[in-house]
Amino acid sequence: MSSDVMAIQTAEGAARPWVETLHEWATTVDHKRLGILYILYALFFLVVGGIEATIMRIQLMRPHNDFVSPQVFNRMFTMHGTTMIFFVVMPIMFGFANYLVPLMIGARDMAFPRLNAFSFWLTALGGILLYFSFAGGSGLYGAGNAPDVGWWAYAPLTSRAFSPGHSTDYWTIALLISGFGSIGTAINIIATILSMRCPGMKLSRMPLLAWMTLVMSGLVLISISPLSAAQIMLVVDRYLGGHFFDTQAGGSAAIWMHFFWIFGHPEVYILVIPAFAFASEIIPVFSRKPIFGYPVMVAATVCIGFIGMSVWAHHMFTIGMESSANAFFVLTTMAIAVPTGIKIFNWLGTMWGGKIQVKTPMLFCIGFLFQFLIAGLTGIMLGAAPFDWQLGGSYFVVAHFHYMIVGAILFCVFGAVYYWFPKMTGRMLNESLGKVQFWLFLIGFHLTFDFMHIPGVLGMPRRIYTYEPGRGWDSWNLIITIGAFIQGIATLVFVANLVFSYFKGTKAGNDPWDAWTLEWSVSSPPPDYNFASIPMVASRRPLWDRKHPEDPDSRYE
Amino acid sequence: MSAITSPLAQTPEAWSLPYRGKVGMACLIIAESAIFTIFVVAYLFYLGKSLTGPTPREVLETPIFYTICLLSSSLTIHLASRFLERGKRSAFLGLWFLTIVLGGLFLFGTGQEWHRLIYERGLTISTNLFGTTYYSLVGLHATHVTVGLLMLSVVLLFGLAGRVGHEQSARVEVLSLYWHFVDAVWVVVFTVVYVLGR
Amino acid sequence: MFGASGTTLQMGKGLNVTTRDEELQAATAKVCELEWKTALGRAAGVLVILAGILLAAGLCTAGTRPDNPVPCIFQTHSTPADSIDRLSRFVLSITTLIFLVVATLLTYAVMKFRSKAADAQREPAQVYGSTQIELAWTVIPILIVVVLFLATARVIHAIQDAPKPAAAVEVTAIGHQFWWEFRYPALGVVTANELHIPVSDPAHPRPTFLRLLSADTDHSFWVPQLAGKTDLIPNRVNEMWMDPHQTGIFLGQCAQYCGTQHAKMLLQVSVESPEDFEAWVRSQKQPANQDQKEMADRHVFETTACVNCHAVAGTNATGRFGPDLTHLMSRRTLAAGAAKNTKENLRLWIQNPDAIKPGSLMPAMQLTDADLDALVRYLETLQ
Repeated sequence: MSSDVMAIQTAEGAARPWVETLHEWATTVDHKRLGILYILYALFFLVVGGIEATIMRIQLMRPHNDFVSPQVFNRMFTMHGTTMIFFVVMPIMFGFANYLVPLMIGARDMAFPRLNAFSFWLTALGGILLYFSFAGGSGLYGAGNAPDVGWWAYAPLTSRAFSPGHSTDYWTIALLISGFGSIGTAINIIATILSMRCPGMKLSRMPLLAWMTLVMSGLVLISISPLSAAQIMLVVDRYLGGHFFDTQAGGSAAIWMHFFWIFGHPEVYILVIPAFAFASEIIPVFSRKPIFGYPVMVAATVCIGFIGMSVWAHHMFTIGMESSANAFFVLTTMAIAVPTGIKIFNWLGTMWGGKIQVKTPMLFCIGFLFQFLIAGLTGIMLGAAPFDWQLGGSYFVVAHFHYMIVGAILFCVFGAVYYWFPKMTGRMLNESLGKVQFWLFLIGFHLTFDFMHIPGVLGMPRRIYTYEPGRGWDSWNLIITIGAFIQGIATLVFVANLVFSYFKGTKAGNDPWDAWTLEWSVSSPPPDYNFASIPMVASRRPLWDRKHPEDPDSRYE
Repeated sequence: MSAITSPLAQTPEAWSLPYRGKVGMACLIIAESAIFTIFVVAYLFYLGKSLTGPTPREVLETPIFYTICLLSSSLTIHLASRFLERGKRSAFLGLWFLTIVLGGLFLFGTGQEWHRLIYERGLTISTNLFGTTYYSLVGLHATHVTVGLLMLSVVLLFGLAGRVGHEQSARVEVLSLYWHFVDAVWVVVFTVVYVLGR
Repeated sequence: MFGASGTTLQMGKGLNVTTRDEELQAATAKVCELEWKTALGRAAGVLVILAGILLAAGLCTAGTRPDNPVPCIFQTHSTPADSIDRLSRFVLSITTLIFLVVATLLTYAVMKFRSKAADAQREPAQVYGSTQIELAWTVIPILIVVVLFLATARVIHAIQDAPKPAAAVEVTAIGHQFWWEFRYPALGVVTANELHIPVSDPAHPRPTFLRLLSADTDHSFWVPQLAGKTDLIPNRVNEMWMDPHQTGIFLGQCAQYCGTQHAKMLLQVSVESPEDFEAWVRSQKQPANQDQKEMADRHVFETTACVNCHAVAGTNATGRFGPDLTHLMSRRTLAAGAAKNTKENLRLWIQNPDAIKPGSLMPAMQLTDADLDALVRYLETLQ
């Protein structure tokens, strides 16, 4: 079974001026290239955000440290959070979605290729604008003007009275711009999935990655918009004399919180559902079995999307809402644990009775499973409102959400990179380096984020640039910092692997993992047009059917 | 060289998927609705909470005529779209132009009302909570009308140059969906501001 | 759309699983070598967390030191904090149980179903799902959620809707950037940063009810051993209460990012016996000492803009922007816990606040050394 790449001789062989290559990439509308641009952009900011985190951890290594001033520290945690969420995890998820969805559904590109490019460049501009804040303008506190209001930008701290200068505006405008980029990509993904599937690929035959990307995009549509709306209101307050969040004019600080978290909570599902998608593609292939309970996985994801729109005020348990309101949000928050737990069980069921190959992508997914379990359980703890009255706003919460974002999401992202790098570049990432990265990162991750729960329990609030000695927080903070350095080293190993393998990795071929979805049926990397002729499918695993014609999946679905 | 085809796959009898333009526009409408919802929520939340200044009851006048203009423009654009589907270009152009005129009248009416409110009644965006939420909500809508009118004008120009025919009817219909959305939003804004809010 | 058409078989313990006939026949029980590496890694991670939690618990319960410097949420001394502690332990035990069950299953799966090199060619039984199993692991979590919700709702109601007894001490706490203003309206006391409240005897409860307001941005009142945190939000009135059962000093700090010096907006709650509390109230109600000898020093205070921000009862200093200084020397710390209340720190604070709390709203007053000394002498009389 040869690949379907038509042998077209291009001028690839001859050396091309680098300007031409640059121009090609800068003006591309090809979903694969835009996908890679998104991913590279995100990996760059991953390192930047990691540096911001390291600066904070050095400052917090011991009490009353003076590595950085409070002003700089406050900018660090604001920029670290904003960067990691909007310019690392979201772009990398859009990148993978962009690259994989058309290939997986048998299409030649996304529904709107130019909108695709436009959305990417909007996102890119947002990040650049945000970072320009470090150099732009002259804030009240001196050199540099990066926002320092926290990534939630609570009112009235963001009003002109408490945030003079332009730092808050960089936050607001940069995220408005990248928000429109995100909405554009979401529109594109939904239109692609609904309108461009190859013949035979009913919605019930799509790879789970496509389903989960669909749900994630739906969430983007209805949750990024509230953030954009709130940000427009903030600009009106700051520049047109508006009073949306002006408590001195009768305005409400709490209404910013509601608007923000109506975005903020679905946002975390936007971040994590693509991670579920990666796990749902990788775990079956490396267990050599189909996903256990495909329909239930789809239903659970859709449920998470819906219920996830109703839990937002669990971020606001301490603001003094009525007891009935608090109780309602406890109920919805706990309820979302049900479809989430179901997914863990289904992944478990996939591995059960399989033949697990513990290669690097699977290693990361196994780490994901344990860490996601723990993160979900600390989430349940925080969902019990009175427990949150103690743990909220403390390092326990910081530990919980980093367990999710790093331990669950980033681990899946690493797994996805190892899994699809061969498809994107035609070369395998180095397995030994991958295992070194995994174990180093695992150790560093657990050193940092396991022990981070403890200062929270011992009363340490978050967003503090220093703390009092003798409160029992000192040694834990030191251990946390050491773990951060280890993670940093692991990340460098990762980057080294990427660079080295791009040039010297073993050639991958079409289907190095013996997988079953359509992207593995074309060459690595795929030709510009993806498929020589549009495929036709009769089951959820078209390549399984091809490899096992005597016993195709289509007989059992 | 066979394409990737499952052994049992056959060309489905009717493999038709929704038109991607419509899906895309529907998604945009959903996202925009979410934005408008937040502004409406803010408006409703702040009703009666202004510490000073004119109240809605004191200064608002219901813009019946201009509302009729805008809502009937939905009818004209619908008819225009239908005519284009049947290839009747001149009828399409005429109705399309009428749509733009009606939309423009609505904008003019909004401008007129704002002028009265600002210069005669002293209500600006910074006067009080009502001023802030009113101008933001109505202004956001007016911005969407403006963008819509720009798009409609572009199509009008292309149409006058003879480039809009039956083959473009699907795309024109997608644009008319946007216009219908803008009108639907006005129904909500009108109800919230001029009916409920007083 | 999702109908699973495959053979439904009975497998083992009555579970219905959809799979393929042929491969099921081929699948036989195999002897598995145990591959420890990944499992060990997992187990190590788990043990690390458990160890950490145990250590934390150990820390919390390691003897009751006189001033409770470790504000641990599990070492509680007040009814709201006690209720939360009980609920927390309940939630923790359930989540720990869930973790042990699921983690064991995951570890087992990873270990037992490792692919062996010899057998790598044949694919295992292709199992698509099982409605029965899905139902089981949907219903059980739902039941757990219901139980957790009911337990939680009870505690929410008990704490938030607790009635205020007539004997309650009422305090109005106003959050500022970056200090706490405390007013006892019924007792006529105004102070800052260090809260004094009476101990509450469970037989005759005398809780303290706090009304929480903010003068500027959002803050949060968090003294873990006495209560969960509640936010102070401008243009909003929040309420919380605590009824400490034990005297002592309990530490906390602002728990909602409020600006540059959020980190040094510390809290200190002195829980005192009824007699000590009455004595404290009495002394706080006195106007400031008006020693004739200090007239010159007080004159410096009154003429170098201090009175624009600060109040001293009984004088014409009535500024409310900064903390009330009438009984400044009765406090153990300055600048909301940023420095000990000593002569040197007091002098430094007035001369250069940024040396102690950079970004606080206390301006450097640019005073001469003589004025500075006079000021400090005067302030030291404000017992």
